[in-house]
Amino acid sequence: MTADAHGLGDMVGRSRPRMSRVLAWVVLGLLLFVTLFPFYWALRTAFSSNELLFAGEQQLLPVGPTTINVERVVGLEPIRQGGATFDYLNVLKNSVIMATLITVGQVTFSAFAAYAFARLKFRGREALFTLFLTGLMVPPIFTLIPNFVLVKNLGWLNTYAGLVAPYILMTPFAVFFLRQFFLGINREIEEAAIIDGAGHFRTFWRIVVPMTAAPLFTLGILTYITAWNEYLWPLVVAREESVRVLTVALGVFTTQQPGTSPDWAGLMAATMLAAAPIIVGFALTGRRVVDSIQFSGIK
Amino acid sequence: MSQAVATPSRVKRPTGWSRMTSSDTGAAWLFLLPALIGFVTFYLVPTIRGIYLSFTDWNLLSNTGTVTGLENYERLIGDPLFWNAMRVTGVYVVINIGLQTILAVGLAVMMDRFTKSTFIRGVMLVPWLVPNVVVALLWLWMLDPNVGIVNSFLGWFGIDAIPFFGSPTTVIPTIAGVNIWRHLGYTALLIFAGLQTVPNSLYEAAAADGATEFQMFRKITIPLLRPVLALVLVITVIGSFQVFDTVAVATGGFGGRPGGPINASRVIYLYIFENAFNFNLFGYAATLSVALFLFLFIITIVQLRLLRASESDLA
Repeated sequence: MTADAHGLGDMVGRSRPRMSRVLAWVVLGLLLFVTLFPFYWALRTAFSSNELLFAGEQQLLPVGPTTINVERVVGLEPIRQGGATFDYLNVLKNSVIMATLITVGQVTFSAFAAYAFARLKFRGREALFTLFLTGLMVPPIFTLIPNFVLVKNLGWLNTYAGLVAPYILMTPFAVFFLRQFFLGINREIEEAAIIDGAGHFRTFWRIVVPMTAAPLFTLGILTYITAWNEYLWPLVVAREESVRVLTVALGVFTTQQPGTSPDWAGLMAATMLAAAPIIVGFALTGRRVVDSIQFSGIK
Repeated sequence: MSQAVATPSRVKRPTGWSRMTSSDTGAAWLFLLPALIGFVTFYLVPTIRGIYLSFTDWNLLSNTGTVTGLENYERLIGDPLFWNAMRVTGVYVVINIGLQTILAVGLAVMMDRFTKSTFIRGVMLVPWLVPNVVVALLWLWMLDPNVGIVNSFLGWFGIDAIPFFGSPTTVIPTIAGVNIWRHLGYTALLIFAGLQTVPNSLYEAAAADGATEFQMFRKITIPLLRPVLALVLVITVIGSFQVFDTVAVATGGFGGRPGGPINASRVIYLYIFENAFNFNLFGYAATLSVALFLFLFIITIVQLRLLRASESDLA
């Protein structure tokens, strides 16, 4: 730094950091408010009465407080308005089934593959891994069209099988992510196990999996969130109500609304109910999710 | 590389199941099998099939098509809606990435220099965790021209109601803004992670020399962050070009037509989707996907070149 800056720093060194600190906190506070307010506002609207909302009431607490919107969306109260339906418990069940199947399958099979790429010697390993990585570059819409044709030909439209098929066996990201961890663990323990006569499967289950439980769990969370939020694929392969998932149901519920007087309270109740499982899950595992995204950024 | 592992497993050959599995090649293919089936079935073959479909007039209803050569590609060159979609998407990406990157760098530096609170990082991440559909609906409600809180708020300052999603000039900036809201915390977190690789001693030395926060930001943070920033940019730009959910829900709700008003938000993903699933032009939709794929590929190469992503200034 220049001599000038040096002198200046000595003079105002005490007050300047404090001022920038205050400013930083004000900006951070503002960002936190902007981040959280829409959620609060949706919650407040979900517990408000539709008639008063249309009158343009903007008070901070629910206007004409009522739980009828939540009851309607959950299905406890028959839907009388407009014919738009949102069968929460059914679509929740479908979302849970889809996200769980995808997460368990994808993490397990990707871990198998990642272990092979990280630890086992076989001809063509590097070439095959590079091929897997190029899969990261293909935009999802590119494979969506042929995959749709495939699922249709298999007769899997509107089935759970069709819903989970492209994701349950692997994603290039999952394989890449886990391979990084497997490369990082201490080889000596595995070698000792193999010298003791343990096969690769036993070594993998007994030694590698317990040692990498944290990243496996992390990948599980990320996979679950991604599957839960997926919209485009379920939209094209699972439109029928029996297999419809939350995101698609929410989209359908929106398009069914009359343009002139949408059921805002009902919509916000449905919206918050769709977000709730993820937000609750995040509240329970927050630190780990934050750390893992940070990690996935560094690698 | 893994010589040390391979040798002992070859020397010692136990019996039965474990003997079979400790021979690397056999075990490797068993480990790989499920993922390999998934990769070949849902990535490799569809990619090749997608390229093939782009040269056909595939009809989904009859599930047949004939090869039509370059017809789809000629059509694409002369298709004003394709160029409109690319332009709309381009404008969206520029607004979205431009603002988001600046805000995210600022937020990441604040999170790094002033508070390392995991709680704040966690709260900023919440919008990224919930589905796009949820985000679109939250903001449809917030920005409603008649009863939305944002327009009421503007009204208290005497500003006229803004139609946000409802006018051709505001719809794309609005969607860009909504997605910045969703991705800011996530992008800042990735940059924050990069900042953790900058040695603290550099800041301490600079502070001892009397450098201001801003000087440190310009002379230390930015140069050392460049490789991370380059990768974050590549990832977010590719993601940004693929905007779909928000547009489909925010402009398609309440009896509206997705992509409206008047094509102003018909982004490339939506146009591909419509060609495939609304117009039953699977071949042409595949052609549009090939064009997008090539375009993203070129954009990525150019970005990596310009940003010299692999070189670090931390010598």
